[in-house]
Amino acid sequence: MATGTPLPGRGWPAPRWLVVALPYAWLLAFFLLPFLIVLRIALSDTARALPPYAPHWTGWGEAWNFLQALDLESFATLLGDSLYLDAYLSSLRIAATATLIALLIAFPLAYAMASAPRRWQPALLILVILPFWTSFLIRVYAWMAILRPEGVLDALLRSLGLIDQPLALMNTETAVLIGMVYSYLPFMVLPIYTSLEKLDRSLLEAAADLGATPFRRFVSIVIPLARPGIYAGCFLVFVPAIGEFVIPDLLGGPETLMIGKVLWTEFFSNRDWPLASAVAILLLLILAVPLLAYQRFARKEAA
Amino acid sequence: MARKSLGNIRRSFAPWADPAATPLVRFDGVTKRFGDITAVSDLSLTLYPGEFHALLGPSGCGKTTLMRMLAGFEPLDSGRILLDGQDLAGIPPHLRPTNMMFQSYALFPHMSVFDNIAFGLRQQGLPREAIAARVAEMLALVKLEGFAGRRPDQLSGGQKQRVALARALARRPKVLLLDEPLGALDRKLREETQYELMDLQAELGLTFLMVTHDQDEAMAMADRISVMERGRIAQVGAPEEIYEMPANRYVAEFVGDINVFEGVVASVDGEIVRLDSAAGLLILDDPAPGLAPGQKASLALRPEKIDILTAEPDGPGNKAAGEIWDIGYLGDFTMVQVKLDGEAGQLVKVALPNRSRKTETPIAWDDRVWLSWDVEAGILLRG
Repeated sequence: MATGTPLPGRGWPAPRWLVVALPYAWLLAFFLLPFLIVLRIALSDTARALPPYAPHWTGWGEAWNFLQALDLESFATLLGDSLYLDAYLSSLRIAATATLIALLIAFPLAYAMASAPRRWQPALLILVILPFWTSFLIRVYAWMAILRPEGVLDALLRSLGLIDQPLALMNTETAVLIGMVYSYLPFMVLPIYTSLEKLDRSLLEAAADLGATPFRRFVSIVIPLARPGIYAGCFLVFVPAIGEFVIPDLLGGPETLMIGKVLWTEFFSNRDWPLASAVAILLLLILAVPLLAYQRFARKEAA
Repeated sequence: MARKSLGNIRRSFAPWADPAATPLVRFDGVTKRFGDITAVSDLSLTLYPGEFHALLGPSGCGKTTLMRMLAGFEPLDSGRILLDGQDLAGIPPHLRPTNMMFQSYALFPHMSVFDNIAFGLRQQGLPREAIAARVAEMLALVKLEGFAGRRPDQLSGGQKQRVALARALARRPKVLLLDEPLGALDRKLREETQYELMDLQAELGLTFLMVTHDQDEAMAMADRISVMERGRIAQVGAPEEIYEMPANRYVAEFVGDINVFEGVVASVDGEIVRLDSAAGLLILDDPAPGLAPGQKASLALRPEKIDILTAEPDGPGNKAAGEIWDIGYLGDFTMVQVKLDGEAGQLVKVALPNRSRKTETPIAWDDRVWLSWDVEAGILLRG
């Protein structure tokens, strides 16, 4: 300040714990608390009322009654009815397949981007990010137009003389996979590109100089050094894919069973909030496994 | 000690002077362009087995490009490179019997020291025991026993340099290429490593091709030096030839300190040439076939070959009067700048060795002095 008066607050700096406490408070208010609420609903009975579950929390005095009234019925249903287990397994399978396909497409893409002349790279990056500027929903609807019988893809292949019957891709698991790979590809490309872009070219020259064929250079140098990016990419694709609702709902068929869809049905069609909450909690636990695995890896890399 | 023994080896080692000697590497009219820039221009050079050859020049002179062409990283625009009589055209880097030590060392960060050194051997498909034995041998050679399990980021700069060297040597290359091998080391370590590298080269009998911009490094280590200038070789020769008999003014000025007196030839009498210059009539004894009076020529003179006297010398040598302009004490010697009398007032560098700890320098700033040098001390440069 021109007058030279000290800034307010100078001389008694904000305690350090306040700075640290802020993110914790945020997590507490917007993650842990909602989670506990969902957990409570999951441990309740279905009720034909508003809200559609019981018991309710009415005060500290009833704590014991409340705890006694909690029940594990919803979780028992989850484990008892094979529908839910199938949905979990099928979600895992579809998410894993989509992640693998995305990796196989994204790696060469990221490699080509990282190998492109420096001045082109910003433009290539923008091309990868560009789809985000359009609504996700609109892009999935566009895939419906492409994949539906007699749609854009059929018409194209037919005019090229490659098929004479419609492909019947719409409302199949293939359509779901196409939609997922398309939607999540940038999340795979970006971290892999970042790790490849940092790769020192002289390492590849050194490997070549020491007698490594192009294939050996790729396997022994490129892949190990791109590994952090590969893990991050797989993680960023797998986690949202497993709980995905919009893509299987719009592109999938009756036989595409995914846990996100089951959750939606339980909440809004069956109005079974406790069961839906139990589904959500199990999903969270399943997602925690890759998360912890990734953190472990990241810590090992850093050490 | 090491230096002395190598000195002896060096004196008896001169295959380039032997017309019957078989060269190991031949660059034959090699040209390389990057866009509009010609990095290497119609260059020919021969390397002999067991030679330690240095490519010396400022950055951008094409020395690194030349070496990378031998390694196979840069395709040639024209000319050819022969190794053991075989044309290397079209042979990719991983099939060439050369190995390179990179300036950045390029150690694989995700591999241990052992795996780094073993990498090239594994590509050859050697059995496991043979690889382990060779890696152990290499680690002993570079005095890094016990470091096999370390990762590159756990090593000091000097240790990384040794691992890079061991890795490049492990495959017993026909030619070892060294790209600024000591550039990243501090001065003390650089000198030590310099002599170790020379010992190693003599011990293994390998052919080394080194790229450097550091003339001291090239002079101390190499059997022969190629001084490069804008994609061409200005001169090839043993260090003492490059220093004492530079082929032209570029080489004379690039390697070491030098004073150049420009002038016109006054008379040629056998090998005795008299030069009319701003510093007076200079006499020098340097064979100069075809030189005629009236032609432009220069006398180049190293600072350590000049004496400073307080009185006018008598005798047949050269002399010039001036005053002390600057005195720089450098420890091992003192660099004195003398401004010559006359309109040009050329500054002449004179190196005075400090041979005793306590002698007082007999000169001071602004003193009137005489410079004196032998007729054989100067180098005749045309133009």
